[in-house]
Amino acid sequence: MMPFGFECAGEKLQALPAGALHWPARRLLAVADLHLEKGSSYAVNARKLLPRHDTRQTLAMLTALIDVLQPETVVCLGDSFHDRTASERLSEIDRHMLDGLTKRAHFVWIAGNHDPAPPPAGWGEVAEEINDGPLIFRHEALFGPARGEISGHFHPVAALSVRGRGMRRRCFLTDGYRLILPAFGTYAGGLNALDPAIAQLFPDDYDALVVGRDTVRRLSWRQLRPDAQFWTEDGWWRKRMD
Amino acid sequence: MAGRDLAHKKGKGELHTLYISPLKALATDIRRNLEMPIAEMALPVRAESRTGDTPQSRRLRQRERPPDLLMTTPESLALLLSYPDAMQFFASLKCVIIDELHSFATSKRGHHLALCLARVATLAPHVRFVGLSATVADPPGMAEFLALKDEVEIVQGEPGAQPVVSIIDAQERLPWGGHMGHHAVPEVYNIIRQHKTSIVFVNTRAQAELVFDRLWRINEENLAIGLHHGSLAVEQRRKVEAAMAAGKLRAVVATSSLDLGIDWGDVDLVIQMGAPKGVSRLMQRIGRANHRLDEPSRAMIAPANRFEVLESLAALEAVEARELDGDPPRPPCLDVLAQHIVGCACAQPIDRDQLYEEVLTTQPYRELPRKDFDDTFDFVATGGYALAAYERWHRLKQLPDGRWMLASPLVARQFRMNVGTIVELPLIKVKLRRGPILGEVEESFIQGLVPGDTFVFGGRMLRFEGVKELIAQCSPATGGDPKVPAYGGGRLPLSTFLAERVRGILQDPSRHPKLPPEVREWLRVQRIRSTLPAGNRLLIEGFPRGAKQFIVAYCFEGRNAHQTLGMLLTRRMERMGLKPLGFVATDYVLGIWGLRPPTKQQLDQLFDEDMLGDDLEAWMDESTMLRRSFRNVAVIAGLIERRFPGEEKSRRQVTFSSDLIYDALRKHEPDHILLRATRQDAAWQLADLRRLGELLRRAKGRIDYRRLDRISPLAVPVLLEIGKERVLDGTAEDELLDIAAQELIDEATRL
Repeated sequence: MMPFGFECAGEKLQALPAGALHWPARRLLAVADLHLEKGSSYAVNARKLLPRHDTRQTLAMLTALIDVLQPETVVCLGDSFHDRTASERLSEIDRHMLDGLTKRAHFVWIAGNHDPAPPPAGWGEVAEEINDGPLIFRHEALFGPARGEISGHFHPVAALSVRGRGMRRRCFLTDGYRLILPAFGTYAGGLNALDPAIAQLFPDDYDALVVGRDTVRRLSWRQLRPDAQFWTEDGWWRKRMD
Repeated sequence: MAGRDLAHKKGKGELHTLYISPLKALATDIRRNLEMPIAEMALPVRAESRTGDTPQSRRLRQRERPPDLLMTTPESLALLLSYPDAMQFFASLKCVIIDELHSFATSKRGHHLALCLARVATLAPHVRFVGLSATVADPPGMAEFLALKDEVEIVQGEPGAQPVVSIIDAQERLPWGGHMGHHAVPEVYNIIRQHKTSIVFVNTRAQAELVFDRLWRINEENLAIGLHHGSLAVEQRRKVEAAMAAGKLRAVVATSSLDLGIDWGDVDLVIQMGAPKGVSRLMQRIGRANHRLDEPSRAMIAPANRFEVLESLAALEAVEARELDGDPPRPPCLDVLAQHIVGCACAQPIDRDQLYEEVLTTQPYRELPRKDFDDTFDFVATGGYALAAYERWHRLKQLPDGRWMLASPLVARQFRMNVGTIVELPLIKVKLRRGPILGEVEESFIQGLVPGDTFVFGGRMLRFEGVKELIAQCSPATGGDPKVPAYGGGRLPLSTFLAERVRGILQDPSRHPKLPPEVREWLRVQRIRSTLPAGNRLLIEGFPRGAKQFIVAYCFEGRNAHQTLGMLLTRRMERMGLKPLGFVATDYVLGIWGLRPPTKQQLDQLFDEDMLGDDLEAWMDESTMLRRSFRNVAVIAGLIERRFPGEEKSRRQVTFSSDLIYDALRKHEPDHILLRATRQDAAWQLADLRRLGELLRRAKGRIDYRRLDRISPLAVPVLLEIGKERVLDGTAEDELLDIAAQELIDEATRL
């Protein structure tokens, strides 16, 4: 696992191939959009009995990171639980895992649009957003200029085609002032990094830190490809390219 | 109106005969052909068709007052069986006719049909089953399919007159690569002019578009030439079918959407553009010309490249020898069984043991172990997870009497929306701006387009404008070179039987005089520059080209097997430090390129037969092929839903990626029934692997390695495929990311 060092608002940060953010100076680990119990939510709503191992896997990945990095603080950037009743559906084992994890580091649960209800008491602090020196952590980026804003919410993925081969990979997005994290949850889907909803947050150039198997690479948004869905009639995509 | 009312009062109001065909068009065609004799003889019976295209109102009426004869497809049959009134509907049934029986032999669709027929046999005590086919390689084996209750009697028809088949000599230079065959279009046009009505069969929808376009470009006499393929809108297909039946067309360019059974009246010539890929398929297609048994059918083959000339000759020789190719039998498909179990539960509560007994009466499931059945049943009922089971939400619940019924009406709705075993790639509608919908193409094709790109579809040149509400908006375009729709679904693998024959021709110079001069010259130069592949030996060539080192292996085991071999070899090359970059597989040859050439010793190691052991296992688990298989299995088994074109999906994908589920299952439930089904599928699809194993055993110590200073004539076709298709797996993805990152650096540091 090779962390990828970069700067945001003057702070030295590391993008991890697991899709998490490490801030060594503050021994802080940040993850976005865990969507715990997304698998079981389909059983409740649609009687689709998907394998419900997503929570276990997401927590296992988080545990592995905490084992290696020994952070003081773990910030979950919102949408940590997939829906209102998700924390009630947690299996006994997963609940134990969370009990253990939240004892090993100070957990901050940022409120997201998927989890209006805070996690059960005893698992750490709940906050709308938190400030730490030059950085501010919130669930969804605020439209307009930012300085040191770390957020999640969009599940960005980079679509690219290299030598005729197409791929879609989770990615961090940053312009040096704002950083958007990829979704950490095992079952979380993705939104193309060029989607207007994301692009409007970066009026100038921005880079994608693309998560590979063991490493992270920095690419320019100009190297990415859009999905077919958002070529609008007035050619938004071409305008951006001009 | 009164007339129509009367029409559906006709008949006894109970089902007597069920006719099942693999194609909607065929069901409609048979009904049309029956209507005339019924009217002429003033019979008091009613014949109707029921397919996915039948309007809802008529489907309802058919259930209330069934016609005497119903023409339908396996999917519509499955739906009929899933209604609570299925028992009454089928009780009166006396006869089931399955047309084009061979087309169901080894497909998932065939397994699905077999299960449905077993259900019919239970519901209709007096039913008997009849199967029809003109091309069965193994009649007794095929008869087993129908042996649901009684012995099956095989009735062999008189063999018809020997068909007259020839290979078109196109005058033009024979291309080295490509599968479209445009060089032959002028000659094909000439031949169409000299015949009354021709069917021009092609292998893919993309090829259909292109050939149709080229024919019209030179259509100086304005001959009525039509187009028919599965992506066109139903109304357009209907129009072409009607015009053809009425004898108004001089020719129709068609894919396999037309090659089964449909009687097109006075077709006097069939032209096969591109290699036929299988002898049975070619025979089917030839059979479309001239339906009289005592006169020979006439057909011509227009090979698209040099290897296809060899293949065409091989097919022609097989037709003369009256030999057909068959598929190996397929293990029972558990995903199909899962769907069937839900379907049964939709109609009425089911008794687990009785259902198992019923399933055992079908040929594909005759030897289904009880454990596989139980695991499949548990998957349907509870998800079948050993760890992290669902306690509260189930799909089937048990009644006090032990039978199982649906736990929620949602399940029945999902079943009906997703019935069937054909999982297409996601499709997207193509629409003319302020105009009609023209048909559908694979979404991935549209994703490769940038607004302003042009492509040919439905015989028109279109300019892609953008995607709006999941419909590809297009405007008419003129001139320029179009991008042609590259449909992923249409590609046919070469039958191994035919591959064997091609190899035979290649290594036997005494048969070469039958080949056109250009092909003979090609093989002659190959013999001088390198050598021809010889029986029981494996020819491998190595040569540099640009900055890369190429290896070309002449295995002749079909594209699927070559693809697998390519994956395995690149893994090994990686370990040997040969830095492979990619590979390309055709039906005949495998080409691999990398940064370093292997030595003879390394090559022997590379092709060692133990490759099919651990390397294969490891690769299978990672491979995109298995992921694709899993997606199909998960959709058929009802775990994830089909994606419907035009269906609204929210910005953040709410649909589940089957990849994520696959990874979760592999990690936590490696023995899950769906993974077992996936592996079985893959193993069957890779049946050529056994042949591959034989090849590797044969080749041990018998590899002819030719180290050349440049590319050999025989290697040209495979290298021309590069860029059209490229497969790299696993770690290579990270390397591609490196390449992209390096490109950025290069761009930034360029002065």
